[in-house]
Amino acid sequence: MSRADGGTGSGAGTGAAAGTTSGTGAGAGTGVGAEAGVPAVVGGPPGAAGARGPRPWWTLGLFRSELTTTFRRSRTLALLGVLAAVPVLIGIAVKIQTGDGGGMGGGPEGGPAFLTQITNNGLFLVFAALAATLPVFLPMAVGVVAGDAVAGEAHGGTLRYLLVAPAGRTRLLLAKYASTMAFCLVATLVVAASALAVGALLFPLGEVTTISGTRISFGDGLIRALLIAVIVAASLIGLAALGLFVSTLTNSGIAAMAATVGLLITVQILDTIPQLHAIQPYLFPHYWLSFADLLREPVHWDEIVKNLGLQALYAAVFGSAAWARFTAKDITA
Amino acid sequence: MTAVTEAAPGGPGASGASDVPPVIETRGLTKRFRGGQLAVDRLDLTVPAGSVFGFLGPNGSGKTTTIRMLVGLIQPTAGSATLLGRPVPRAAHAVLPQVGALIEGPALYGHLTARDNLVRYDSADPTADPRTRRARVGEALDRVGLTAASGKKAKAYSLGMKQRLGLAAALLRPRRLLVLDEPTNGLDPQGMREIRALVRELAADGTTVFLSSHLLDEIEQVCTHAAVMTRGRLIVQGTVAELAAGTRGRLAVTTPDQGEAARVLKGLGVVDLTVRDDRVSGELPTGEGEPVDPAEVNAALVRAGVRVRSFGVERVSLEDAFVALTGEGFDVAG
Repeated sequence: MSRADGGTGSGAGTGAAAGTTSGTGAGAGTGVGAEAGVPAVVGGPPGAAGARGPRPWWTLGLFRSELTTTFRRSRTLALLGVLAAVPVLIGIAVKIQTGDGGGMGGGPEGGPAFLTQITNNGLFLVFAALAATLPVFLPMAVGVVAGDAVAGEAHGGTLRYLLVAPAGRTRLLLAKYASTMAFCLVATLVVAASALAVGALLFPLGEVTTISGTRISFGDGLIRALLIAVIVAASLIGLAALGLFVSTLTNSGIAAMAATVGLLITVQILDTIPQLHAIQPYLFPHYWLSFADLLREPVHWDEIVKNLGLQALYAAVFGSAAWARFTAKDITA
Repeated sequence: MTAVTEAAPGGPGASGASDVPPVIETRGLTKRFRGGQLAVDRLDLTVPAGSVFGFLGPNGSGKTTTIRMLVGLIQPTAGSATLLGRPVPRAAHAVLPQVGALIEGPALYGHLTARDNLVRYDSADPTADPRTRRARVGEALDRVGLTAASGKKAKAYSLGMKQRLGLAAALLRPRRLLVLDEPTNGLDPQGMREIRALVRELAADGTTVFLSSHLLDEIEQVCTHAAVMTRGRLIVQGTVAELAAGTRGRLAVTTPDQGEAARVLKGLGVVDLTVRDDRVSGELPTGEGEPVDPAEVNAALVRAGVRVRSFGVERVSLEDAFVALTGEGFDVAG
């Protein structure tokens, strides 16, 4: 029995070793090692003889496979397309309004942050677009991808084949979480890149005036923009973990997506009710717009750090919950 | 040859036994779902190495739940199961790379091509060598006859093609055990024949095949062993020959002299005689003593002046055996 227990650890090592010595190392004792020779005898393709025991870098294959599977889905591409269109719309709207000769004097009080500066510096379209998409579009896209991650595979039945492969439940969940986080980053970068392109096309570029009133070079401004995009992506980590947890609860991808997006909207509403100010610092979207502090000189890190800490907390709590649920779940779909 | 190769992997678990250890063994395997429904009830199943094992039972009899427990998708409520000598689900990660499975029909990513579907499933296996992946995927596609359609998206596939692709996924690597749940579902007769040929070919290579099917003549054609489940319980298991022998063949005589024939047969100890039109049939005597040779029966009939038009023992099909065992045929269990 102890041999079976040691399967993962020692199996990986001795299995590989036995493979290279043509798999006759049954005497070495571990089960995996003994089994190493069999595929060669049964008559596999060349190279299969050594293919025993997981190798660390091979397991990355699942993550890569997750990524390509996610990003080749037309739904994912449509979400990214919508995200890329938002800066285009903002840019054109601002351009038309200023083109009328009215200037930006009166109007923009109700709009997203940074809207007024766009006409002077196209780089501000990046900040404006991120500020506009962070409350709704970005988290909604992440909710769809995270919610679908496990439940969608369960619904399609592909989950059982991944697990029988055997992907390993913990490994599969980690790969799914990693690819969801990769989607957070890609989605944010798509918004930023589209905004930068539109901003450069429609408006002048140049030195950046920070919120504090100081001026930094355009190069510095670009670096800040990139940093902001990374922080915005990191702001979505908590939601991604929440979505993944919801995804392990059901066998319907649609239900998981709807539940995640519903939770997102509910939490956003709770965050605006003044009477609930006591709990608001613990709501995951509470510090989302703190990324603007990166445009101060010097940078105010307080709320940004609070935001990242909160995201890490959500990731830990709901990541653990997802793991506990998924590893104990009966896969009947 | 295969016996030798099968004996080696048994290694640590069964070094004492001279026999090859069973590929699948369950002891008191039980699954009660949360709703209280008892899906599998104290199952003791033994699948010998190298066999082609037919797993039979009406819909809802617990076959698929059993298969899901064997491959670690469902946690048993009680009892134990070993796969290739290792306990499951505990050692599932170690044995499953050697097990190919087709469970409850194929499941594919519609937005990926057939080839990319197989690449995806192969990269899910942490012990599969990515360097040989392309070659192995190509070989698996070739084996099920999908090479020409491998660039098509899976959503454009017909049910039969999906079934073949699912089978290809089970054949991505050399396997010691193949678990095939209804592998010919949705296939045309030609496809069924190809799958049967494939199963025989794999079995000849030493792979144990665990096959669940509704098609009894299919089981009869390819399987060496079989087990029958109803209402979550295993009623019988053994070799197909034993199962078919369990219900004996009936002697049938066609003759214009029915009365005389019946008298002679009765005298020879044939029981359960029925006379319909010009046909007299009955069961050959069994039990103690030498079995009665049908040739002797025929000679006795002729000696008695019975004019025999035809004479023979009707072979009992597995379906008859099955109906006799379950008493219900293929109705859905409640």
